[in-house]
Amino acid sequence: MLMQGRFGAFGGAYVPEILMPALEELEAAFLAAQEDSTFQAELAELLAKYAGRPTPLTRCRNLGSDKARIYLKREDLLHGGAHKTNQVLGQALLARKMGKARIIAETGAGQHGVATALAGALFGLETRIYMGAHDVERQQLNVFRMQLMGAEVVPVESGGRTLKDAVNEALRDWTASFGNTHYLLGTVAGPHPFPLMVREFQRVIGLEARAQILEEEGRLPDAVVACVGGGSNAMGMFSDFVDDAEVKLIGVEAAGRGLDGAEHGATLLRGRPGILHGAETYVLQDEHGQIADSWSVSAGLDYPAVGPEHAHLKDSGRAEYVGCTDQEALDAFALLARSEGIICAFESAHALAHALKIAREGSVLVVNLSGRGDKDMVQAQRLLGFQQ
Amino acid sequence: MSRYQGMFERLRERGEGAFGAFVMLGDPDLATSAAILDSLVEGGADMIEVGIPFSDPVADGPVIQAAADRALAQGVTPPDCFALLKSFRARHPDTPVGILTYANLVLAPGRSAFYRASAEAGVDSVLVADVPLFEAGPFAAAAQDSGVEPVLIAASNTPDKTLQRVAELGGGYTYCVARAGVTGAGEKVSFDHAGMLAILKQHDAPPPIFGFGISQPDHVRSALDAGAAGVISGSAIIRLIAADPGNAAPAVRDFVASMKAATVLAMA
Repeated sequence: MLMQGRFGAFGGAYVPEILMPALEELEAAFLAAQEDSTFQAELAELLAKYAGRPTPLTRCRNLGSDKARIYLKREDLLHGGAHKTNQVLGQALLARKMGKARIIAETGAGQHGVATALAGALFGLETRIYMGAHDVERQQLNVFRMQLMGAEVVPVESGGRTLKDAVNEALRDWTASFGNTHYLLGTVAGPHPFPLMVREFQRVIGLEARAQILEEEGRLPDAVVACVGGGSNAMGMFSDFVDDAEVKLIGVEAAGRGLDGAEHGATLLRGRPGILHGAETYVLQDEHGQIADSWSVSAGLDYPAVGPEHAHLKDSGRAEYVGCTDQEALDAFALLARSEGIICAFESAHALAHALKIAREGSVLVVNLSGRGDKDMVQAQRLLGFQQ
Repeated sequence: MSRYQGMFERLRERGEGAFGAFVMLGDPDLATSAAILDSLVEGGADMIEVGIPFSDPVADGPVIQAAADRALAQGVTPPDCFALLKSFRARHPDTPVGILTYANLVLAPGRSAFYRASAEAGVDSVLVADVPLFEAGPFAAAAQDSGVEPVLIAASNTPDKTLQRVAELGGGYTYCVARAGVTGAGEKVSFDHAGMLAILKQHDAPPPIFGFGISQPDHVRSALDAGAAGVISGSAIIRLIAADPGNAAPAVRDFVASMKAATVLAMA
């Protein structure tokens, strides 16, 4: 490795020795690409003309209008329906550069799987998506989208049958297939160089948002707010604001059915440092180190670890992490639909719910609306009591 | 002299390779697991490797995953495993015992406490499947502080510079990954590890033991012919346990005996 891959005490590369050469190859390819103007130009063109960047920064006309000015960074409008496409395009270009003919990925809500599937179709790469069997059941629409774009979706039956178990299976596949396969990991978690690489490919969110809010308001926001599962949309939003000491960085974790119980995905709030999926980071676990099953109404936040840079931002005090329950998120989801005519993903609704909670007169808040809500329609209909 | 050194020396004198048997502690339950450990020794295993069940074993294939799940379903904890090993050690003072597990179980009580508990249970070595050389420093240091040997992994794709450091930092034996992928009993195993073994030997690494996919006597012979000092077989044994948990000990003993016999033939 050319770098240690650490964020303070967190991060690193905890994988079987046989995978280390694959991580080294990826690190070298990524670092070279960062300096390669041809690569960057191709990525920029894809982001603009295929994925639809820049995404707008929309000021809420009705929500918080009597007191705070709440802006939504509209990653829901990105091609694929979520921020995931940003970094998938970057990694798919790297896969092609490394000569890998096959990509594999894990997915929770299915958004990363959809993004990976579209990149696989675009670049002609054989694509296999591992998805927890429980998530396959609750995200049928996304499963079909992946299949329609030519990806093979493999339901994972082990463990709690969610995102954690899908990552396990993808890692197992990769230890046998790294010769011709790139593991297109979907978030800022996992072993180095993934947390660094995915953050850099997602940095475009904060880069645009910072310029857009300065244009709109003539000043920086009081806070930027993003939901945190693995944490890629939050790192993408935070990165360009980290050096602006006056801007609060707030990550919103899934408090599920309540932080006092066991049914949540609040890794930073209720976990403790450990090692899972290749990184030293906060992990939900029992006293002996067995990984706990997380819970959230949103499959994308249903994960018992978190990107190591978030662990560092928490311990260093630069970012603040809070929880939002399933119910609070659902309320915000419904409110956004009725007030602004925007249907966001359950994940993003967590961030919005917290922003509404802290909105004060005169405050300027930027919420990362990380994805759109189409995938959640069937669940929403049931949970909100709409009958057909 | 450590138990591993004593074992390798005895085997050298007898012209045999080492046969290591791997089982998951607590599979199918603690009492049966204790009997199975004894049957491994009765069958002729030279060294015993044991898993401490972990919820997310990413280096393991379906057979060992299922064994871990069965043990966890019984509520088996790391302290249970250490107690099991302590009683095994009392019955078998000379057989080397190594733990194969995952980093989070080592970190949870704290590295020092984990290796201290291992030493107190009479364990000779610990291999952490998801700790490559890149991260091995603090684990190896904590192991050595407690008198436990840190077993490190070498694979045929491991760069020479890494192999040299594996040779220098590792203890007990060197776990050589016989093929890409996760653990599991395959039909075919091929060994093309001459380059790796030469580098390990040049830097005086602990003796190379081949694992992953060793499930038949002819795999044992090919591994020893390729230059291994011994082999570890896991999934094949665990399949026998899963097939008939109540009557596993005799089946396991017979299987171990057939595999051990292959280590004698190979060197004769």
